[in-house]
Amino acid sequence: MSRLPITKTPKVYVGGAFIRSESGRTFPLNDAKGHFFANIPQCTRKDLRNAVEAAAKAGPGWAKRTPYNRGQILYRLGEMLEARAPEMAEAIALGGGKPADTALEVSCAVDRLIHYAGWADKFEQVLGSVNPVAAPYFNFTVTEPMGIVGVIAPAEAPLLGLVSLVAPAITGGNTVVALASEPQPYPAILLGEMLATSDLPGGVVNLLTGLRRELVPTFATHAHLRGLSAVAGPEERKAIALGAAESVKRTHLIKAEDKRDWLSGSAQSLYEIRAFLEFKTTWHPIGS
Amino acid sequence: MPAGTPQKALSRLLGEIGSVDAVGVEERVAKYAARSIKTASKVQGLKLAVSMVDLTTLEGKDTEEKVASLCRKALRPSDDPEVPQVAAVCIYPSMVRYARKHLGRSPVRVASVATAFPSGQTPFRTRLAEVKAALADGADEIDMVINRGAFLAGEFGRAQDEIAAVAEACGRATLKVILEVSELETYDAIRAASFLAMRVVRPGDFIKTSTGKTSLNATLGNNQVMIEAIRDFYLSTGVAVGMKPAGGIRSAKQALQFLVAVKETLGDAWLTNRRYRFGASSLLNDLIRQLQKQKTGAYQAPYYFSENSDSY
Repeated sequence: MSRLPITKTPKVYVGGAFIRSESGRTFPLNDAKGHFFANIPQCTRKDLRNAVEAAAKAGPGWAKRTPYNRGQILYRLGEMLEARAPEMAEAIALGGGKPADTALEVSCAVDRLIHYAGWADKFEQVLGSVNPVAAPYFNFTVTEPMGIVGVIAPAEAPLLGLVSLVAPAITGGNTVVALASEPQPYPAILLGEMLATSDLPGGVVNLLTGLRRELVPTFATHAHLRGLSAVAGPEERKAIALGAAESVKRTHLIKAEDKRDWLSGSAQSLYEIRAFLEFKTTWHPIGS
Repeated sequence: MPAGTPQKALSRLLGEIGSVDAVGVEERVAKYAARSIKTASKVQGLKLAVSMVDLTTLEGKDTEEKVASLCRKALRPSDDPEVPQVAAVCIYPSMVRYARKHLGRSPVRVASVATAFPSGQTPFRTRLAEVKAALADGADEIDMVINRGAFLAGEFGRAQDEIAAVAEACGRATLKVILEVSELETYDAIRAASFLAMRVVRPGDFIKTSTGKTSLNATLGNNQVMIEAIRDFYLSTGVAVGMKPAGGIRSAKQALQFLVAVKETLGDAWLTNRRYRFGASSLLNDLIRQLQKQKTGAYQAPYYFSENSDSY
């Protein structure tokens, strides 16, 4: 019996919903052999603005979750990815990777999520401190999330690169607006479907697909984004530096030309969480 | 009163003024959201919208100091000198003297809700006394609520007489008649109430959608019904009545859609704060935010702009 093929319309995950670009634009995505695969949303500056609004709405609720609960949710995201690992490996393979490499990228991404899930209720003990002072005060330093963090994922490692930047930012209680790999956006579309089923409140992670040259300047200048975690080339870094200076924004930049090894254990650490935390020091009087 | 009378009264009035094609209205207003507004027009529209805002606080917890800060914001909404002042501040009658004090002789007008806002459920002599008290304290404009109870019971004459009496009491002050559209149920009833009010107010007075105290506030749909009533009334009598949607208009984008509706239905003559107003509090912040975006090219964070009142 023959059946008409049912193909999926790729949509981006913003504010807990799957949407098309407000512009209605798409760009064609071909597989490694050059065959048409799907039309991917070509998100605009307005989509970025809307995603930031969604992230802003989700921010206070996410920051108020207990660190333990944030860890549970990250772990659940790892579970969702693990369960759909073969499908995700196929999505990565669209870019032409070998089966062994794509499977490794997926399992490494799962491990990375579990790594940060573990840190969620522990980074505070390590990064916070009780400070000795020569006066009758308790003096202690605690961490707070910055707010909304922009993520610009690398072109390579379309899943692992994205996860490596997004996971530490949300572990710290920030919400994220991320731009997926431009040449290989499909794994990010699939990741959005997993985010939607992982108990992560809508708006905590918002994933956009589109062209870097259209969106990077707006990521740099949008004043509501408090930090920017980006893998960027020399020209982009300059644009980001200028825009971030204008809006007084923290940047955490990785040089695209350095070709970071995302599979390496050095691509995950406590310091990735610290990069998007604020530190608050409190003086509390004590009795005699 | 025998059953069926309110319906009869309504259909008799609709026979005179014509009824509303509800599906047509919904389809018409859906198109307003699809207009492409280019940069120069958008900036002009945003500034126009700022100049039309009735900056509002209507809460039990209002104090003199809160009204004072509202007045300061009304006089100088932004540190950008190109942003105009708003049209008026809109407050409860007990706050009128404070607003008068802080606005002085500036062009920003003092608008007071009166007549037992928002329900209107007190004896008429009490409501009228409230109007007179607000005027004596220095109100330039009175926002009255119609007697919805009388209207829904089909006692159009009574509802209309009350509006006429308040209009007379207003003297030189501008009157805005709040229909409270959410309690009128249908577009036909909104059109009927609009005509009842317009027949007894003076040129330059307003009709207004809602109090902002109920679940459903100003929408493009009921705005459209009311501005079409204003258009039809103007074409048949030559009397120009103003319009004020209130409640639920929070974003600059919505405000521009309302202005598109006015432009396409009533024309340029209504694109002034003497004939069109927005009853809002948080709208002003978003208008300024979008103006700043147009000026700098960068999207702005909401916390760069001052806090607003919680009421619509």
